[in-house]
Amino acid sequence: MMEGSLILRTAARFLMPLLLTFSIFMLLRGHDQPGGGFIAGLIAAMAFALYVFAFDVPTTRRILRVDPRGMLGWGLLIAALSGVISAMLGQPFFTSQWWPIQLPVLGELKLSTPLFFDIGVYLVVLGTVMTIVLTLAEAEE
Amino acid sequence: MFDLVLQLVFVILSVSLALVFFRLIKGPTLPDRVVALELIASLTVGFIAAYAVLTEKSDFIDVAVVLALTAFMAAVGFARYLEKRGRRDGE
Repeated sequence: MMEGSLILRTAARFLMPLLLTFSIFMLLRGHDQPGGGFIAGLIAAMAFALYVFAFDVPTTRRILRVDPRGMLGWGLLIAALSGVISAMLGQPFFTSQWWPIQLPVLGELKLSTPLFFDIGVYLVVLGTVMTIVLTLAEAEE
Repeated sequence: MFDLVLQLVFVILSVSLALVFFRLIKGPTLPDRVVALELIASLTVGFIAAYAVLTEKSDFIDVAVVLALTAFMAAVGFARYLEKRGRRDGE
């Protein structure tokens, strides 16, 4: 089934990589500037929702590659594990741990538990919104 | 002079928001209301951009970008809904 306009389909193809790149950018800058896991997840979900509007549900499920519900679960697990690390070190639960490492070309990368927590939130938001959007779109058909 | 223009921009945007809000409430048909909602979103983007100029904080530009994206998605969603509804009515 290929309904919808040619303009929307072409625009969706071009906007998809842009939106996903923008969401990763929002995710990574989130610690001390506007952004973070939640809004980044919403932007990524918006990219896939646009794909649902332009194409159809099976196509979107195929490019998502994983079940959104599984994504939700893994995101929760990652977010919770980022808090457990500090508890194992004898500090209060969810104390931030920082491991700055030097990358050859890119400079300093601040690897930290807040980053993993944000990635977890990103996956949870993306999984939740995609579950809702796909279920609604399937019910509509 | 620049400050005066900036104040004027806010006044004009506020007046147009009020006018659009009137259309949103009154709008005889659903498409009228949808267009009014889209216009409110666009005006808000303009508001945020003008506010970024006023406060000289570039962070607000990102907010405007994300809001514009959301408004675009809402427009596509509404258009799809209106199209589907029209078909179901057998028009």
